[in-house]
Amino acid sequence: MKAVFTKTKGLTDTPFHYCPGCTHGVIHRLTAEVLVEMDLLERAIGVAPVGCTGFCENYFACDMVGAAHGRAIAVATGVKRARPGSFVFSLQGDGDGAAIGLAETISAAVRGEKITSIFVNNAIYGMTGGQMSPTTLVGQKTSTSPYGRDRDATGQPLDLPLLVSQVEGAAYVASVSVESPKEIIATKKALRKAFAIQEAGLGYSFVSILSTCPTTWGMTPVEALAWLKTAMKPRFRMGELKAPTAKEVEQ
Amino acid sequence: MKALMKGNEAIAEAALQAGCRLFFGYPITPSTEIPEYMARKMKTVGGSYLQAESEVAAINMAYGAAAAGERVMTATSSPGFSLMQEGISYIFAAELPVVIVDVMRHGPGLGGLGATQADYFQLTKGGGHGDYHPLVLAPSTVTEMVELTYEAFDLADYYRNPVILALEGISGQMMEPVEFPLYEAKKLPPKTWAATGIGHKPKVNIGSYTLSNEVGEAHNLHWEKKIEQIRASEQRFDEYLMEDAEYAFVAFGISGRIAESAVDLLRAEGIRLGLFRPISLWPFPVAGLDKRRNQIKGWLSVELSAGQMVEDVRLAVKGSAPVQFFGRQGGMTPEPEEVARVFKSLFADGGKRG
Repeated sequence: MKAVFTKTKGLTDTPFHYCPGCTHGVIHRLTAEVLVEMDLLERAIGVAPVGCTGFCENYFACDMVGAAHGRAIAVATGVKRARPGSFVFSLQGDGDGAAIGLAETISAAVRGEKITSIFVNNAIYGMTGGQMSPTTLVGQKTSTSPYGRDRDATGQPLDLPLLVSQVEGAAYVASVSVESPKEIIATKKALRKAFAIQEAGLGYSFVSILSTCPTTWGMTPVEALAWLKTAMKPRFRMGELKAPTAKEVEQ
Repeated sequence: MKALMKGNEAIAEAALQAGCRLFFGYPITPSTEIPEYMARKMKTVGGSYLQAESEVAAINMAYGAAAAGERVMTATSSPGFSLMQEGISYIFAAELPVVIVDVMRHGPGLGGLGATQADYFQLTKGGGHGDYHPLVLAPSTVTEMVELTYEAFDLADYYRNPVILALEGISGQMMEPVEFPLYEAKKLPPKTWAATGIGHKPKVNIGSYTLSNEVGEAHNLHWEKKIEQIRASEQRFDEYLMEDAEYAFVAFGISGRIAESAVDLLRAEGIRLGLFRPISLWPFPVAGLDKRRNQIKGWLSVELSAGQMVEDVRLAVKGSAPVQFFGRQGGMTPEPEEVARVFKSLFADGGKRG
């Protein structure tokens, strides 16, 4: 029988631990597919965070390094500086990358660190059971904002990719999502570009991906996809926020 | 190579001689000559120097570089060392070789730049979370800083463990003539555990989480075994006039040098006194102290703190003789005469009784 679909060899056979309806699995698969398609798997070193993505060390078929909470990008910096010939990517959630690790994210962009950061934004701390994060929407109920995020007391969601795109050393910044096949294809395209930017040595590349967390959002998977589209997407600047010009790529 | 150099610069040069090609740091007095030296020299040897955004980032960058299998160092001073504790705990758990320099400044709080040894507890008891120990080496001269820096990299690689060089600000700033012997690389096993890509070896995961208590305990037992091995094999100390001594100072680093002068003063008065100088603060040289247990009638721990190492001295001599403490704090150092006076006041007729 002709094989019409096979699992990418960028992923191991370890089953994902993610909750039903969580889109982390899609994001991992896209990342692994691009690593294989761009022939990067053998040179790739991934850095895993603390949080829901923390177990991805076992999912990616390449070498993986687990970092302390908020420090994935610092660890990735150390790996890349030690092995400039390697392809280095970090994975982080919104708590990891936008709260405790904000300084690391911005500083890597400032340095134009030649790594790729994949930032998975589901507007909540998932692993610890659904607490408010810097990207939680105003009014969104979480276990630490039980009356809804209060704008006066805790501010408004941080648009991290938009912030990163303001930094000169950031060569490529995209804000994408995975709620439909069309968006999934666009996300894969963004990852491909980000990886190419790193390979070309053009600077820091940052891909923010809006993702669902039906469990802590208290929704069905279908409701979660709809909420991502109708509530989250309007709140964050979407699309390619920064990309090198053709001339810059040539140089 | 022979030079007149500050302690901090000698450590940086020794690291380069030992093959360290990656340095991550954040400026903090009185350790800043180390990143400054690295910033100047790392380029000339084809390495990578990076000024991190914080000590928190610096230690985690060092974690990453070590995970990738390269020799790496960071340097800081007490408040920055406090910030690095979480990272050091992770480095221990991931079994990564990282060399860390703590050029101590006095605290608590912002404190000041004077000589101090008040980081002793944080250095030796596992300053971060969990059961762990870095190896801690305390040089007392610039020459010894070079020797111990060479050794620190070998020990870190051999045990896959963080190794800390601990010195006082005054020692880091002090200039002394120093020679750099040729660094001879020890034969160490290849770093097959490192994350270098799966091109020529199976996939590796470097990390430290466990999802089951059973696995967690197995990891802890593995580390405990390593800790015991280091405790048994790596105790280092130096002795001065201990062979016929009836009383002894215990002092490390700059206090060791001051106490040595005090030994001379008291010897001139006919008091049979010696100096036991721990070089490894962890593992604490209990075997060396134990050997003198039946010989010494009184110990005086001389420290630049409110009394930290004295607790380890008391544990080591097991009540065989009184253990007294003398310390100056807040950046002050005692004169040898003051140490001698204190000794005589604490041990009334100071050994003359024989």
